[in-house]
Amino acid sequence: MQQSTEITAEANDEHEALIRAKGIAVSFDTHQVLHNVDIEIQRGRIVTLIGPNGAGKTTLVRVILGMLQPDHGEVWKQPGLTIGYMPQRLHIEPTMPMSVVRFLQLTGIRQSDVIKSQLEMLQISHLADQQIRKVSGGELQRVLLVRALLRQPSLLILDEPAQGVDVSGQAELYSLIDTIAEQHHCGILMISHDLHLVMSTTDEVVCLNHHICCHGKPEQVSHDPAFLSLFGARGADNIAVYTHNHNHSHDIDGRVIEEEDDHA
Amino acid sequence: MPDFIVYALVAGLSLALVAGPLGSFVVWRRMSYFGDTLAHSALLGIAIGLLSGANLQLSIVAVCIVASLILVSMSRQDNVATDALLGILAHSALAFGIVLLALSGSTQVSLEAYLFGELLTISTPDLALIVLVSITVLLILLMFWNRFLSFTVHEELAGIEGVSVQKLRYLLVILMAVTTAAALKIVGVLLITSLLIIPPAAARQLARSPEQMAILASLLGCLSVLLGVFVAFQLDTPAGPSIVVMASLTYFILHLSNVVTGKGS
Repeated sequence: MQQSTEITAEANDEHEALIRAKGIAVSFDTHQVLHNVDIEIQRGRIVTLIGPNGAGKTTLVRVILGMLQPDHGEVWKQPGLTIGYMPQRLHIEPTMPMSVVRFLQLTGIRQSDVIKSQLEMLQISHLADQQIRKVSGGELQRVLLVRALLRQPSLLILDEPAQGVDVSGQAELYSLIDTIAEQHHCGILMISHDLHLVMSTTDEVVCLNHHICCHGKPEQVSHDPAFLSLFGARGADNIAVYTHNHNHSHDIDGRVIEEEDDHA
Repeated sequence: MPDFIVYALVAGLSLALVAGPLGSFVVWRRMSYFGDTLAHSALLGIAIGLLSGANLQLSIVAVCIVASLILVSMSRQDNVATDALLGILAHSALAFGIVLLALSGSTQVSLEAYLFGELLTISTPDLALIVLVSITVLLILLMFWNRFLSFTVHEELAGIEGVSVQKLRYLLVILMAVTTAAALKIVGVLLITSLLIIPPAAARQLARSPEQMAILASLLGCLSVLLGVFVAFQLDTPAGPSIVVMASLTYFILHLSNVVTGKGS
């Protein structure tokens, strides 16, 4: 009796496991892309997947999402787990007329107030009725983020969320993702190349090059020999400390906005 | 109005109604060559039907469905490019069909009727079949509208959001196969694709949402049928091609007015 209460208590714990992959191996033809990969994502934590191009990051994400069947290993998902996914890129056929709101309604969520409040949260309310093909790169990433969030996922998977966003917009986007993780209290797995930007917000870094080279807290990983051999000392310097010391902020397109006083 | 005109109008209008939304998917998913291939393989269905003595409509439907399933399952292999694969299937089905027709020694079939359609001599069972198919396909499209749309815009996102992508892929090609088979008598093998893609392409120039595009495509299709049948009756031209001529005129007129007003997007 007591044991079962303990188990429930553990399941409600903030570090409950959402998804757990064990011994994942994937090959395409004779080329082994993933070899014996273990990864676990817990509620409330941000896991960042880094690694060189062609290291199998996207393949691992596809396995976790269930889009690709691994040759070996298994993926355990918390029963009833809702996943929000932000793909690396979105191509909309030019022949498809579609507004941003209609694109978001494709999730099956029709309530305009729900969509509106999410658009507001990501500061893109003004895009609602625009044709999605005319939306700029940085704004499109936010639209995709809204779509991933609409179904109130427990797990958010982001494949290079800052791609196509200019440098100043990137920091803002990552801090937004950090806020989302706190507010929605979900787990986040993201692929990112922007080591220096991601490290300050991430709880765990997994360094992947076909197998897991090293993983742990950002500070640990940056001193790991496996990490150094993969990214070099410069990469390690990049992630060591990244402090914001701005007296202004930028909007999505990178234009400078004068800092306002905290509106309480 | 003579009976045969009423028949032609009812058949043409019900096909135009379903061709609006269905054809929009053909345009969005870049499946126009796929539709063409289906239409070509319909001819093989006629030949097989004549040789085996089976019901002609049924054998067309069966061959179209089989062809569409072969296409979908083969298109996932990547050693042949899709356009080449479609070309191979379309032309071999057409050639097999014509050779088989010749072998059957049948004189009751005029090839021209199936190539260009024979809307003005449509029989009551044919009309019933077309109306039935149109209503069924339209209802299924309505039922699955949001899911079809979601999987057309982004298959992976749709899959993760719980849409059974694989089932929809097959469902869509089966709907196309059945519609193609039913439309064969109206506009013929060579012109079926044009009825599926011209009205949606014309509608695209005015539409702001996928729903607007589909509905507008249906309306433009119906307009083309009305004008086409009228012209065919007045000038004694073949009805199928007359309809397609009208459809292309609506496309070019809309395109030109878009260019003139500078709205072209």
